Amino acid sequence: MMRIRRNAVLTTVMLSAVTIGACHKKPALHQTPVQTPISGATADSARLGQEAAARRAATDAAQGRRTDSIDAANRAAGTDAPESLRLTLTATVHFDYDQSQLRPEDSAVLDAKVPILRANPGVAIRIAGNTDERGSDEYNLALGERRAAAAKAYLVQHGISSARIETISYGEERPVAQGNDESAWSQNRRDEFEITAGAQTLRRP
Amino acid sequence: MTWASRVFLVATPAMVTIAPIMARAQDTTSRGISLIGNYDPLRGKVGIVVLPIPGAFGDSVRAIIQRDLDFSDRFTVIPMDSVDSSPFVGAHTSAGLNYASFARLAVAFVVNITPVVTGLHVALHDVRRAQVVNVAERSLPGTALNREWRLAVHRASDGIERSITGQAGIASTRIAYMRGRSIRIVDSDGASEITVPTDENGVSPAWNPSGTTLTYTTFGASSRLIIIDLSTGRSRTIAGPTRNSIYISPIFSPDGADVVYSRGGEDEADLYMQSVAGGAPHRLTVTRTGENTNPTMSPDGRRIVYVSNVLGRPELYIMDADGTNVQVLTNYEDSETNYRSDPDWSPDGRLIAYQERIKDRFQIRTILASGGTPKLLTSEATNEQPAWAPDGRHLVFTSTRTGVRQLWVLDTESGRLRQLTKSAGSRLAAWSPRLAGQ
Repeated sequence: MMRIRRNAVLTTVMLSAVTIGACHKKPALHQTPVQTPISGATADSARLGQEAAARRAATDAAQGRRTDSIDAANRAAGTDAPESLRLTLTATVHFDYDQSQLRPEDSAVLDAKVPILRANPGVAIRIAGNTDERGSDEYNLALGERRAAAAKAYLVQHGISSARIETISYGEERPVAQGNDESAWSQNRRDEFEITAGAQTLRRP
Repeated sequence: MTWASRVFLVATPAMVTIAPIMARAQDTTSRGISLIGNYDPLRGKVGIVVLPIPGAFGDSVRAIIQRDLDFSDRFTVIPMDSVDSSPFVGAHTSAGLNYASFARLAVAFVVNITPVVTGLHVALHDVRRAQVVNVAERSLPGTALNREWRLAVHRASDGIERSITGQAGIASTRIAYMRGRSIRIVDSDGASEITVPTDENGVSPAWNPSGTTLTYTTFGASSRLIIIDLSTGRSRTIAGPTRNSIYISPIFSPDGADVVYSRGGEDEADLYMQSVAGGAPHRLTVTRTGENTNPTMSPDGRRIVYVSNVLGRPELYIMDADGTNVQVLTNYEDSETNYRSDPDWSPDGRLIAYQERIKDRFQIRTILASGGTPKLLTSEATNEQPAWAPDGRHLVFTSTRTGVRQLWVLDTESGRLRQLTKSAGSRLAAWSPRLAGQ
């Protein structure tokens, strides 16, 4: 059977719509076929699309400022440019518990990667989604994949070719922080970024 | 009069200690275990004696069989080690046993095992009928105490149990599970652990119906769906790697012909079914955005229970095996904060065991496959990932009650609990069918 494909913007909007719809109204649970689209999603799409566009405009502006400030900092510190570019490309983003939506502050982390990826079309990256130790071990493998896919969708929305971005999941199998508290959990709910091609010839945007 | 009540009336503390058995006759035990029904632990438990076994490994055989019968939770094994055996064994009867003396100890059956050239001769005496009711020859493979030898002894235990109760035991089974980054297999009594040679990122082992192969998946880069033959150690990839995809939570269908699993991709995770011979996967669910994972099939292969967050949180759903007629199974206490997952369908088809988050910790519940009010089985520490034994009575699960994750075995009828693994970080257990041996 064919896998269903649609453009990334629509995917993101629908994701938001489904989640928000689920919060606003309690869907009828009994006897509900899973394949049935959740009511309210379509109606909210237009409004959400506008909101998303507005958010994007805001983050695009923030992205310009951020890139400038990173460059300025690099020049001031006299740091090796490719290394700082690598650090920007591999900076992690974090998630709320049991969520795969990007938080606004993490969108900025992704925004900083966009100009570098645009300036280096030979660069390919792999995004690895991770979860904290709570939740089902196996379900967390799916959640990790969803988190990686969320970051990828954002980058694709910003013009980066889907073919350059691979997504994988480690679920809760690769924690960076040990411990059974929110401090450890919040560090472990993350996407990690790895440069899989073109790392040696990184150019400044 | 039942045998259990005879124990109660006849036994005295000087002869047999039965107090711990009576303590289980309450609804919730001190170890945070609830009983699945209104079970009277004295009813149906059969007093049994395994006589000392002569020969080089007689003590080992006896110890294994006594423990198997004890772990079955259907017998009260009376050790007799501290009892003067002279009144019991002698020239009182033609069989050499003094049945009247055993009867006074509330012993219903006596197992008399003698070594023979090929293995064991097992004679089962019915004390009430004062006669031998079953005789079996059990061959033992070459090297004593090794893994296959122990499995053969376990089969002798299961044969004794079948002769008495009409149902084979679960001693000749094994449990596959994860510890660290390895898949392990351990005997039902916790002995003979081995490590399965798998890919570094192997996870989620599941048995085929004959217990000869495991299926599992790998996570991280190049995620795949794999079947490993346990007799040859050879692995075969039957699906993947697929770019931007992860294979999750595989199980065999009850006829062993297919593997049902979840594949997570860019938009969703959905359930697929695929022949063990390979070939194209057949997609069972179509989720636009969301995760469908953890399938478990009814014993007749006609229905599937699985986990989905399509309504915003992980809940259990039930559908026909072709993906139609989807319904929410866990539709009680509907709340935004529900989290229910890791279902396992009981071998008798009646119950689904699963985990539910209660006060930030997972606990184990069972619900009828037809729905209704679930039963809560655990309350102490975190308890998750339940898997049924082939008897549909015992569950193996992961618990943190010692402070770290270990596997525990629960008898859902008596509430009795035993720790199966002794090394930290054990999880994701799958209970094998009864094993025929090699």
